[in-house]
This record gives sequence, C-alpha cells and structure tokens, in this order.
Amino acid sequence: MSTNLLDLQRRMASAVMQPLTRSLTTRRLGDDGQSNTRAAEQFLKPNSRLTALERLQIYNQQYWYRLFGCMEEDFPGVQAVLGRAAFERLMRAYLEACPSASYSLHNLGARLPEWMRTHPKLTAPRTRLALDMARLEWAHIEAFNAAELPAFTPQAMAALHADTRVRVQPHVRLLQLAYPVDELLLHMGNDADDHCATSNSAAAARKSHSVRRVANQRPQRIHLAVHRQQFQVYYKRLVAEEFVLLTALHHGESLGAALEAAFAKSRLSEPRRAAQVQAVFQTWMKLGWLCPQEKKNSRSKR
Amino acid sequence: MPANRFNGFTDYGVGIGLRVPHYQHIFDKKPVVDWFEIISENYLVDGGRPLHVLDQILERYRVVQHGVALYLGSAQPLNREHLRKLKQLVRRTGTRWLSDHLCWGSVDGRYTHDLLPMPYTLEAARITAQNIRQAQDFLEIPIAVENVSSYAEYHVSEMTEWEFLNEVVERADCGILLDVNNIYVSSRNHSFDPFDYLNSVPAERVAQIHIAGHSKFEKYILDTHDHPVIDPVWKLYARAIARCGPTATLLEWDDNIPSFEEVHREALKANRYLYAGQTASATPQLHATKQPALAGARR
Ligand SMILES: [Fe+2]
Repeated sequence: MSTNLLDLQRRMASAVMQPLTRSLTTRRLGDDGQSNTRAAEQFLKPNSRLTALERLQIYNQQYWYRLFGCMEEDFPGVQAVLGRAAFERLMRAYLEACPSASYSLHNLGARLPEWMRTHPKLTAPRTRLALDMARLEWAHIEAFNAAELPAFTPQAMAALHADTRVRVQPHVRLLQLAYPVDELLLHMGNDADDHCATSNSAAAARKSHSVRRVANQRPQRIHLAVHRQQFQVYYKRLVAEEFVLLTALHHGESLGAALEAAFAKSRLSEPRRAAQVQAVFQTWMKLGWLCPQEKKNSRSKR
Repeated sequence: MPANRFNGFTDYGVGIGLRVPHYQHIFDKKPVVDWFEIISENYLVDGGRPLHVLDQILERYRVVQHGVALYLGSAQPLNREHLRKLKQLVRRTGTRWLSDHLCWGSVDGRYTHDLLPMPYTLEAARITAQNIRQAQDFLEIPIAVENVSSYAEYHVSEMTEWEFLNEVVERADCGILLDVNNIYVSSRNHSFDPFDYLNSVPAERVAQIHIAGHSKFEKYILDTHDHPVIDPVWKLYARAIARCGPTATLLEWDDNIPSFEEVHREALKANRYLYAGQTASATPQLHATKQPALAGARR
C-alpha cells in the first residue's frame, strides 16, 4: 500500500463526496473550515478554461447527481409521501451519513429504513408513513434480486412434523406495517400508467392524484409478504397468525414452536386453527415459499 | 490479420451493450448480433430476472464482461468479495476476457461509484499493475484495462496519460480496452492531440475497442454515452484499427437509449473501418445533457 497514492485518494474522495450547496455547487469551505478553492489547488491543476475548484466541482456534482438519481429511482414512494423538497433533504442527510459501502449501486438504499427510524425529524409529520414506504420499497428491491431455492415437493411437505425446521424462500420479505403502503404504491404505479401521455397537464394531474392519495392515507395495521413469482415482485397481505408463523420459521424455529407462537394470542377455536394452518400451508406450497433447510457443510455448487 | 497474445478476439466483430430497454426486442426478434457486452456489476446478484435474462442471452449469443467498480487503481487492496462474485459470473458467462477501468473510485471502504482519474506517477503505475496481476491471477482470464474520460489532472503527475497506460500494462502484462471516445473527450478537456495518444498505445495489447457518443458543455466535454458517435471519434477509430488490425469493437449507449435497431445500426457503422478502412460521414451531434455514463451502471 502506498501512503502517497492513498493520501491523494483520500483527499480527492472526501472532496468529491462533500455535500453541495443549495444551488448545487461545491461549497466554499470544506468540513475542516478550510477554503475548498485552496484545497483543490493543492492537488488539482487548473487549465485555461477551468480553475482547480471548477474541475473538482464536475466530480462533486456528478457524485451527488448519480447517487441522488439512484435513490429517486429506488424510492419513488418515499418521494411521493414527503414531496420533492423534503425527499431531497432526507437523501442529502442519508447519503452524507451513510455513503455507499458496496461495489454495487443496488445496495445504496440498504440502510435507509433503519436510518429513517433513528432520524424521525427529517420525515415529520409523515414519519411513520414514510418509514413504512421506505421499508416496502427496500423489501421490493431485495425480493427482486434475492435467490430462489428449490421448494418442498408436495410429498416432502406432507412429511413435515413438529420438530422440522424449514427455510423460508430467500426472496420472501415479511413486513408489519402501520399504513397500507402496498395499496398506495400500487395506485401510484397505476396513476402513472393511466397518464402515460406525458403532457404537462397529465403530469400535473398525476402529481395531484398522488398528493391526494398520500394526504388521505389513514393508519391501518397490516402484515405483508413481499415476494417474487416468475421474476416479478408481488405484495401479499397475510393474516396476523400467518405472519407470526412465517416469521418464526424464518428465524429458524421448529414447525411446532412456530405454530405455538402463531396461536399464542389467538382466540380461534382448535378446529378453526387447524383449518387455517392447513389453508396457509397449501398457499405457501403453491407459492413455493418453504424450502428444505441447508445441510451444514454442503456448499452450493454451480 | 494474425491475432496477438491479447488481441485474440479478431473474429468477435461489432457488439453492443446489453441494456434493459432492449430485452424484449432481443427475445422477440432474436436479431443477429456478434456479441453483447454486459456490465458485470448488474449481474452480481443472487437471483431474479437479471440472471434469468442473462442465461437466456447466453443460449444464443457470446457475452463479454465489462466492469465498472473493481477500481484497479486503488491504493488499497481490491475487494475480495467483489472478485469472488465476479469469478462466479465469469464461470456463468464464459467470457473470454474481462475488462474494467484504469481508474480508482473507493477509499477506506467508501464508494464514489465514479471512475476517478489516476495520478500519472510511477508509484501509482506500480500499485495498479500489482492489483491487475492479482485480479488476473484470481479470475484466471485475461484482463483488459480501459482508459477513462477525465475532467481533472493532478499536480503530482510525472507523465502523460498514454505513458502511464504503457507503464501499467507492461508491468501488469495485461490487455487494453481502448476507448477512442474517451481519448477524444480527454484530449479536448486537457488540450492534447488525440493522435499522439493513439499512436503511442501498444497496439499488440489492444484486446477490445469502445466507441461512444458524448455531450459537449461550454468549458468541457462529458462522457455521457447518450449520442451517436461523432466524426472525429470515427477517425480515431479508423486509426486504431489501422494500428491494431481487426479488433472486437463495442458501441456504448447508456442514456436516452434509442431503439435496439438504431443502436445496432450505429454500431455496425464500425464495419466500414473494421475490415474496409473507409472514411466516415457521421454527423457531429452537440447536446448538453446530464451525467457522465458509468458504462450502463444499473441500466
Ligand atoms: Fe468505454
């Protein structure tokens, strides 16, 4: 490792990643309170058309445009909930606090839901709605790219017993939400489709549509599975018991223990519980949600 | 034209980048395309549509992997996890060579997702070459490094960009992905003669060539991959072919992507030079739009 090259790369990277001003230019002063002009001049050459700072600014701006563009693409629902200005503020703060730690831009939003949870002021007064939307949108991205394992066959499914531990399909994401953001997100998609003629008035109508939908959102506790079928991501509402059962299985509980957890607070009669369990297992089998647990020490080969 | 050690791909012809908006057309029409270049990082996922699409493409077409995030010029060691995933993908695609950029973009585990320019120093050349050798050993296929477009130069640079390129590829004993549009863009941004650059590239190491369009701003040119190739870039391409012989060529188009046919038609203009060496007549297009391309990252 070289100290000279490393030193230069550290200086350049922190200059490139520093926040822009409100007018999207490079700030006059760096984090250390020193002049950015002088800092840039120390390691970058000017040319006949651009100063060192102006050359740095090209990279500084592109860094933010690129990252912001990705977040806009990945979290359109959060943007609809917060409005453009608040979304921009949130993204600046998030990307500053959680710069990308992955070679892939797909992972850029990975820490957003958790970060929003610990910074509620940035999303007030729609804090919970925005958080739920961020969790849904991130789950969607994860479900899109996650692995799909061979599911249980009906025969194997029939042979399951109380001590069996199963694996929930990796692309299934389980969410407990305070707002029905699944509907909101689907409606937003439909609104966009309804107005594909992209005239200004259509865009305005689409926007006011979304704004009205967001304003009309009322809290409603829901349980949701975000999952993939035929390479497409779907949202499926779950009943509370089903959600607890799946979550317990996902955490590695045995079938018996998971069932116990699922019905611990349930007021359903025994026969109705049995019927419900049978029904959900049938559905999961159809959807291929349950898979055999990975055998230890046997690594998957390609 | 006899193939050299790095340019063993003279029969590859003209390829285009595999991009999401073209998937449907490719599956419906099954067009004849010499080969597709994929952005490796878009397929380093565990499952889902991207890998499914890739497998379908592989049934019919040759695929070459092009990366945007290995950061071979980084002062710090390469990301092992990234390399491991790349190797899995290499096995899947059967790519005959793999390319990434002669640049850096991350430090202390933080990623800029940009192709940041190298300081042209001997020390940087030595470190970069070491990284390339490590990647090459690990991936077990030839690596070709691509010259990037740049918008800034460092005081510490001790040589020209083309001297640096020579220094790196000789030390690493690797191939070159020669991007003639990037040479043009940088020549305008840093006021040098692009033919000086081109004429000093070690032709025997050029494994592949990129052609692309760009955007012109008042005081600089941005490598945006959102336009047809302009005439001066075709001239550089013709010169590159004259020096290197027929070489696998790829048109990059990553933003404002037109129809598949339009992109392919633009790419096939390269055939005029690739085998016949005729003069180009493409019209220059000057537009000012947004971001420099990251070679199709996430598109
Ligand atoms: Fe390129």
